[in-house]
Parts: sequence; C-alpha cells; structure tokens
Amino acid sequence: MYYLETSHVVKQYSGHKALDDVSIQVHEGKIYGLLGPNGAGKSTLIRIINHITAPDSGQVIFNGRQMTAADMARIGYLPEERGLYKKMKVAEQAIYLARLKGMTRNDARESLRYWFDKFDIRAWADKKLGELSKGMQQKVQFIITVMHRPEFLIFDEPFSGFDPVNAQLIRNEILELKAQGATIMFSTHNMASVEEICDEIGLINRSRLVLQGDVDDIRESHRQGQYLVKVRRPADPQVGLQALDSQLYSWNSLVRSSHYWTWQLRREQQADIPAIFSQIAARFDIISFEELIPDMNEIFIKTVQNIQQQ
Amino acid sequence: MNKLSIIIQREYLSRVRKKSFIIMTFLTPLLMVALIMVPLLLSTVKSGKTRLIAVNDESGQYVSRLQDSKSWQFVAIGEDISSLPAEKREDFYAWLSIRGNLADSTGQVRIYATRQIPMELSSEIRSQLEKMASEDKISSYRIPELAQILKEVYPTVRTENILWSDKADGQEVKTSSEISMVIGMVATMLIYIFIFAYGSMVMNGVVEEKSSRIVEIIVSSVKPFQLMMGKIVGIALVGLTQFILWVLLILLLSAVGLSAVGLPMDTLMSANLPQAGETMNVNLSQEALDGIQIIQSFNWTSLIIWFILFFLGGYLLYASLFAAIGGAVDNNEDSQQFTLAITIPVILALYIGIYGAMNPDGPLVFWSSFIPFFSPIVMMVRLPMGVPFWQIVLSFALLVITFLLCVKLAAKIYRTGILMYGKKVTYKDLWKWIRYKS
Repeated sequence: MYYLETSHVVKQYSGHKALDDVSIQVHEGKIYGLLGPNGAGKSTLIRIINHITAPDSGQVIFNGRQMTAADMARIGYLPEERGLYKKMKVAEQAIYLARLKGMTRNDARESLRYWFDKFDIRAWADKKLGELSKGMQQKVQFIITVMHRPEFLIFDEPFSGFDPVNAQLIRNEILELKAQGATIMFSTHNMASVEEICDEIGLINRSRLVLQGDVDDIRESHRQGQYLVKVRRPADPQVGLQALDSQLYSWNSLVRSSHYWTWQLRREQQADIPAIFSQIAARFDIISFEELIPDMNEIFIKTVQNIQQQ
Repeated sequence: MNKLSIIIQREYLSRVRKKSFIIMTFLTPLLMVALIMVPLLLSTVKSGKTRLIAVNDESGQYVSRLQDSKSWQFVAIGEDISSLPAEKREDFYAWLSIRGNLADSTGQVRIYATRQIPMELSSEIRSQLEKMASEDKISSYRIPELAQILKEVYPTVRTENILWSDKADGQEVKTSSEISMVIGMVATMLIYIFIFAYGSMVMNGVVEEKSSRIVEIIVSSVKPFQLMMGKIVGIALVGLTQFILWVLLILLLSAVGLSAVGLPMDTLMSANLPQAGETMNVNLSQEALDGIQIIQSFNWTSLIIWFILFFLGGYLLYASLFAAIGGAVDNNEDSQQFTLAITIPVILALYIGIYGAMNPDGPLVFWSSFIPFFSPIVMMVRLPMGVPFWQIVLSFALLVITFLLCVKLAAKIYRTGILMYGKKVTYKDLWKWIRYKS
C-alpha cells in the first residue's frame, strides 16, 4: 500500500490539458521529488493533492482510501508563490493559520514558541509581517507550513525564492522532518537538490508522467556503459594516441595535462570490464577507473528531449 | 472550533481594532451632535462688549426711539457726521446719520465707520428704522386701531397631519410628512453609504488575500466558500457594530447636550410632555411640543429593526458581488470595469430614493421597493411614511431569495478566480466560471 497515490488524474483548463492521466505513488517516510519543466503541470497536481482544485477525473488516495477534506489537517503546504498577510502580526497570523488546520489555540501557541526558539526569531512575534526583511518572512512562511505538525509535507519549489542561507536551513529541516517520520513531496526544477535529498522522483512533461521511481534505480537503469579513466602520463614520449585505441571500447574527451591523461570510454556491447581494465593497465599506470552513472539532470534533459523528438 | 467562525473572528477583530475604525466610529457621532449643538451653544454666548454708536438725527424723531441692545448703545450727537474731522472718527464704533422723513421714503440713512460694518449692526438699524417708519405711516392715516386691523389681516394657520392608526383603540397620532421625509432620507443615505463602504471593504479584503497569495494557503485548509462567507459575515458584523455604536453614542451625546441646555432626555421620552415640561420649569413652544410628539409617534423599534434587516440583506447581496469581483481581478485597478456594474444599480437606487422622498406614492418608488437590487435603499424612504406589513415582508423575502442566488453565483466566480493570476478577466470569463460544475 502506498502512502499517497494519484490514480489517473485528469485536469483540463479551457481547452488545454494541464494533467493527462497522471498516476504517481509515494511511499511512506520518503522524500518524493516532482520534476518537470515549467508549465508541465506540477503545481496543478500539487493543488489537486491539496484539495485546492478538483480533478476532472481520477482520484487522490491517501493511506489506502480516497482523500477527504478532513485529511488536510495532516498536510503542510508551502505554495510556490509565497505570501502572508502583510499587515498582520507574525504570531497572530501563524496561530490563525494553524487553527484553520485544526489546532487549538494553546497547541498552536506552544508549537509556535518551539519553532520561534529554534529559528531564533522570537523577538519578531509582535511585529507586522510587512516590517520584516524578505529572509525573515521566508522563515515565518516555513514555520507556518510545519507548525501544525503535519505528517505529510508538500513544498512547491522550496528552494526557489529562498536566499542561500535559508535554502540550506530549509534543506536541513526537510531532512530532519523526514528523520522524524514525515513523508515529504516537493516539486522542483533544481536537479542538484534532487540527488541530494530525494528518495523517489516523478518526472512530468507536457501534462504526462514520463518517468517515476527510486532515484538510484532510475540512475542505474540509465547507465550507458560509460567510464572515466585517469592514468599517469606515459614516460615514453613515443607512446601516442593510438595506445588508446581498442576493439573493446570507443573513447572521447581526452584531456592531457603535464602529469595525467583522462578520457571517457564507452564499452562495446560484448566487452567485459576486467578485459578492458587489464588492457589499459598493460599500457598505462591507472590512477582511477570509474563508471559514469548519469545524474538526474542528464536523465531529465534526455528524457524531455526524447519526448519532444517523437 | 468551527473554521468559519475562526475566519469570521479574524475578519471582525482585525478591522475593529484598526485605528481608522475606532476614530471613525467615535468621531462621527461627536461631529453630528456637535453640528447641532455648537450653534445652539454659540447663540447663547453674547459678545461681552457693548459698542457705542453716535447718531445724528436731523429730524429728531427717531433717535430717542432707537433701542439699545447688549451689543449696541446709541448716543445722540449734534454734529454733522459728513463733515466730521478725520481725527474724531475713532471716537465711536460707528456713526449713524439720519436725514429727512423715512415714512415717505424721502429719508436718507448712512452708517459711517473706519472699519467694515458688521452685517448684524446694519440689519439691526435697518429693521428698527423700518419699524418706526411703518408705525409713523400707520398713524398718519388717522384710522383708529389700524395697527390691530393690519395684524389681523394675516392670520396664522397651523396644519396638523393625523395618522389613523391600525390599532384597535383607533388612536389618532400627529405626524409630519416633513419629518418622515427627513428620517427616510437619512436612512436611505445611511444604507447607501454602508453598502458601498462595507461592500468595497469586502472586495479590498479579497484582493489583498489574492494579491498577497495567502489565499492558496488558506484554501488548502478551508473551502473557498467558507473563506468568502467568513469575510462577508465578519465585515457585516463590523458594520453592525459601527451602526449600533453610532445609535448609542448619538443618544448618549444628545442626552448630555440637551441636559446642558436644560432639557433632560427622560422628559422628552415621557408620554406626558406638557406637564413634564411645566414641572421642569421649561417653556416649550407649541411647535417644539408638537415636534417632539411627532418624533415620539414613529415606531422607532420597528424602523430600526427593518433598517438593520434591509441593511443586512442589501449588504449581503452587494458584498457577495464585490467578493466575486475581488476574486476575479489581480489588483484594485483592474476591478473598476466590474465595479461599475454594481455602482450603477446602487446609485440608481439612491436617486429613486431621493425622488421618492418627495413623492412616496409614485409607481416608480412603489415598484422599486420590491426590486431586490433597489429595495434596501428605496424601502428606507417609504418606511417612515407607513408601509403595509405584507409589502415589507414581500420585499424582504425577495431580497433574501436574490442574495442567496447571488452568493451562490459569486461563490462560483470566487472559487475559480482566486487561483487565476495574470489574466485580464472579462465578463465572458465570469460567465464561463459560473457554468463550471463543482
């Protein structure tokens, strides 16, 4: 059983399909990254999961049953476009929004105290939000997302709009929330963050889910027999580039420095790695020999390009 | 606690605690009472100084009859004022020269002074002299008791409007169409102002939430309908609070003001006015007594209750439309093309109301008082004049049905609109949103 599932979700906006038969699966306790180019439909899917808009067909299944409005209290949501009441006092509006999520006033106050102490911003409690700097407002926004102790967190582009210091802070908090057992879903087009913290990803392109699964599984399945070889520069100046040629592989991207040669190779289909390795070892002094596993950025670009060519 | 009531609470408290609300609420009644009381008080204050006026009366028949007042004292002199040397001009406040016979219009009156002569003085002198001239003229006819006869030529006629009450005791009540008109106009203007002020407050609140993007966080916790209704109801309570505070403050301030003038409030409220007046040693003129009786004759409780009901009905109707507009647009500038559609019926209703105050039985006013977009404003004009009960109830029922429909339509526009950004919305879009299935 999945923690959260969307099943054949379709959403249409005046003529164009924002989501076309999208089924994603999120495991409990994992961090799920929702990837895709701008306008692919990520935010629409997130809005549907948040009960902000309703799908035209399909459903959202939460803990094995259809998600209801009552489940919203268990979700913390940070929208892509941040914003709070500018003229309302920080503590007052945090408590107000937590109460709308079903917390009692006292619980909300207590939770707020915990987070204000944690982020060291207690002195701002009675300031109006508009009087705070942007960075401070972002911290408040994050606190409002998590203060009602949700078990499921949805962040829409959590790292955009935050300054680097806050982005790091948010990243650490996300990992800590995961360690405490929360399930987390976020959308992003920042690929570096995906490998760093995501366990699973779903790639949406032009309203369709085109790739989904465990991050390492996906990377493994996209291996293309590429290796990076680094050797010491041959002492004998007679040794030329022909020493690189082999029946077992093709090579490219050679870089020659004063001490080292590095190049990439792609093995031929039948060739096995020990044979390649020993062939190179016979000619050069090997420093490293490593397989190149494609990163998410490459997979992302390649997948999207493949679809566009079709 | 119910989420709707949490929203209502925030909408209410955040506005009631605003400085501008507190100032408006307490200053307005103060201003209104001051507007009535200050002239009353000022008229009792006389300037302390008595000024001397030199009078050169060639005929000698007027100067002795000029009456001094607290402000002016007339002194007869023999010098010719027109040839007065410049250095003596400051001896008196003003110099009055009377020549010839005023009774046959051959006379000439001049007032000299080194400063601008106050209008009060010149009109005082003119009226005294006119009266003397008139008396002289009358006596010149040598007809006995002519003055008395002339007085009787203009008898005063007082009209009383009596309303046959529906009640079984057949009590006759004095009324006044003028006072009914004034009350109707005040109620009409009040409802008009309330609908506009609080309706646009709803719109601004919605636009604020939408443009600050907080709306997305809120509607992930509550239904858009709850957010919209919470705002509308919360602001309605703000309006009611202001209205009730105004009524209470005006009553309180008038009581204070009246007792300062010597008329305690409870005397005015008592049914037995003339006797009460006597015991208080206050001399009330017959007109004042009648006026107070007429004001007492209105059924204030029912007037105020219907005022509040029609205010709420009209407000809910228009506020839901304002909320829909706020939800559809990105900022206040874009809202103008839509607010026009709301402004027109409201202003039209106000014009019908003003016209109706002068012609309360006309068919235009009659029918308009049933059309829901007009009735909250127009009915206020008719109410003080007496409207059959079934008509009020029918009009109110139509209003309630319409606002329920409007709230439903508005909720559809609102729900779609608050999540739409960057698109210039047209009436066509609104119509499309209304037809979306939920």
